[in-house]
Amino acid sequence: MTTDSLAPSVTGAPESFRPRRRRGRSGSRDSLAALGFLTPWLIGMACLTLGPMAYSLYLSFTRYDLLSSPRWVGLANFTQLFSDPRFDSAAWVTIMYVVVSVPVVLVVSMLVALLLNTGIRFITGYRALIYLPSLLGASVAIATLWRQIFGASGLLNNALQAIGIEHRSWIGDPNTSLLVIITLNAWAFGSTMVIFLAGLRQVPRDQLEAALVDGAGPFRRFFSVTLPHMSPLVFFSVLLDTVHAFQAFTSAYVVSGGDGGPADSTLFYTLYLYQQGFTQLNMGYASAMAWFLVVVLAAFTGVLFLTSRFWVHYGDR
Amino acid sequence: MATTTSSRGPLVMRRIRPVRSPIAVGVIRHAVLVIVLIAMLYPLLWMIAASFRPNSEIFSSLGLLSSHYTLQNYVSGWAGGSLRFSRYFLNSFVISVLTVAGNLLACSLTAYAFARLEFPFKRLLFALLLGTLLLPYHVTLVPQYILFNKLHLVNTFAPLVAPHFLATDAFFVFLMVQFIRVLPRELDDAARMDGCGHWGIFSRVIMPLSLPAIGTTALFSFINSWNDFLGPLLYLSNANLWTVPLGLNSFLDSTGGQSSYGALFAMATLSLAPLVGFFVAFQRLLIEGIATSGMK
Repeated sequence: MTTDSLAPSVTGAPESFRPRRRRGRSGSRDSLAALGFLTPWLIGMACLTLGPMAYSLYLSFTRYDLLSSPRWVGLANFTQLFSDPRFDSAAWVTIMYVVVSVPVVLVVSMLVALLLNTGIRFITGYRALIYLPSLLGASVAIATLWRQIFGASGLLNNALQAIGIEHRSWIGDPNTSLLVIITLNAWAFGSTMVIFLAGLRQVPRDQLEAALVDGAGPFRRFFSVTLPHMSPLVFFSVLLDTVHAFQAFTSAYVVSGGDGGPADSTLFYTLYLYQQGFTQLNMGYASAMAWFLVVVLAAFTGVLFLTSRFWVHYGDR
Repeated sequence: MATTTSSRGPLVMRRIRPVRSPIAVGVIRHAVLVIVLIAMLYPLLWMIAASFRPNSEIFSSLGLLSSHYTLQNYVSGWAGGSLRFSRYFLNSFVISVLTVAGNLLACSLTAYAFARLEFPFKRLLFALLLGTLLLPYHVTLVPQYILFNKLHLVNTFAPLVAPHFLATDAFFVFLMVQFIRVLPRELDDAARMDGCGHWGIFSRVIMPLSLPAIGTTALFSFINSWNDFLGPLLYLSNANLWTVPLGLNSFLDSTGGQSSYGALFAMATLSLAPLVGFFVAFQRLLIEGIATSGMK
């Protein structure tokens, strides 16, 4: 398919002996070639992204169970969102998760990156081993491990017992179950750390030295020199980590056994959407949930970009 | 792995720090790092150790050592459940390899167009591409399912593989665009002088030079696809088609109790082995890939 559509540029090859063909005819030739190269992406964009988005928007105003055709219900799904107690739980659980886990990951990543950026020995080894968990963190294998560790007679409770503390299941307790999933996400902070570490190496040394000469202590140097230079990376990480955190699913599903329990304390937004859309076949309602999330994330992204000019410094790089 | 590259790291902080017994500071730094590492990696090591232990011992032991190691967990895990894990591993492997192939082909074609060609609406389309990076997948989850259901492709690998042949992973496109952009244009011109069209430039000049970006894309494609849980959960209800994550999850559901954690851990360890293997083999590519692109 793709090779067919590339035919124009291939057959046009002999003509392109002419050395200077930057503008003019080459422009339309470029466009034709671009169409060829972009065909898969354009099809994907139309059929798997934009088309489905539009359809999802339509579905959000309907009741649809996959068996009979969609029935228009106006704003009923959206009004139902705000009177649905489980939607409330899902929204709060997800917000709590985002608000705790994203800053924790960022702060831990920054601290460890600073620690590693000191000409310390074995830096590649440390960096590699700290990074490893972030390759594994999204897997079901690690989620099952977490389920054992924080279970009633799991590794953690056995360790606590050894020093004389009795504790019930961390997963079975609605007060701590979300924390278990937050630790799983924090465990995989290595990829953010690697990004920060790479950023720290770009901080101009002369400015740090100038600050030192001026008598700035380590904290002052960090907040006045290092952090402003890192702010584009921090901005980038806040944005992507937050968007990702809103989409968490696997760990919540596996650790809670698929139901978001106990007492809906790990009913993540995605998990509830999955239950509504695919176990109860309320596809209209699930679509309304999806669009609500899109609007919330768009608002968050917008605010972040608007405020960024006050705290993100692009310097002269 | 832990070679002495200390001299390569910038010595900024050390040099400008007030002299305060550097040895003590160094010892404290290493101690903090080692404690962090032990805390992080202990669960993993414990799981691997547990996978070689009889079930009766798993729940009572905190340590890594055991008096009697056994391969029994691997044997019963491999044969346990309604189907054997060998089948799940094969399915996962097929899906992941096809995903890698699709991403490499589609993302590199798209990236070449954005990095090297001029065409109408380029900026708008590129903005669209970047926009999809931030788009939550929820919004296409339901309609895509309906689409694949209408096409009778539920319970096939197509819904998990086909989207990758249509460059839906914007991150990889972005990564490759960034990489190709900085390749010198003189090379294109030279190839053009030699009679290459765009396809020739793409396949003979740009692709061979983009090997690091291709490698990073391939590795992360494989890892993401290997770890994917929601996709297979939605589209594969036929247990013959299950992937390893689905197998592990059902293992947990069907046995639930503590009786079979040994076999579960054996299979979980086995499922992580390819990822750790890639990590050991390509860790520089992986780490530099994410350090330069911000991709995770």
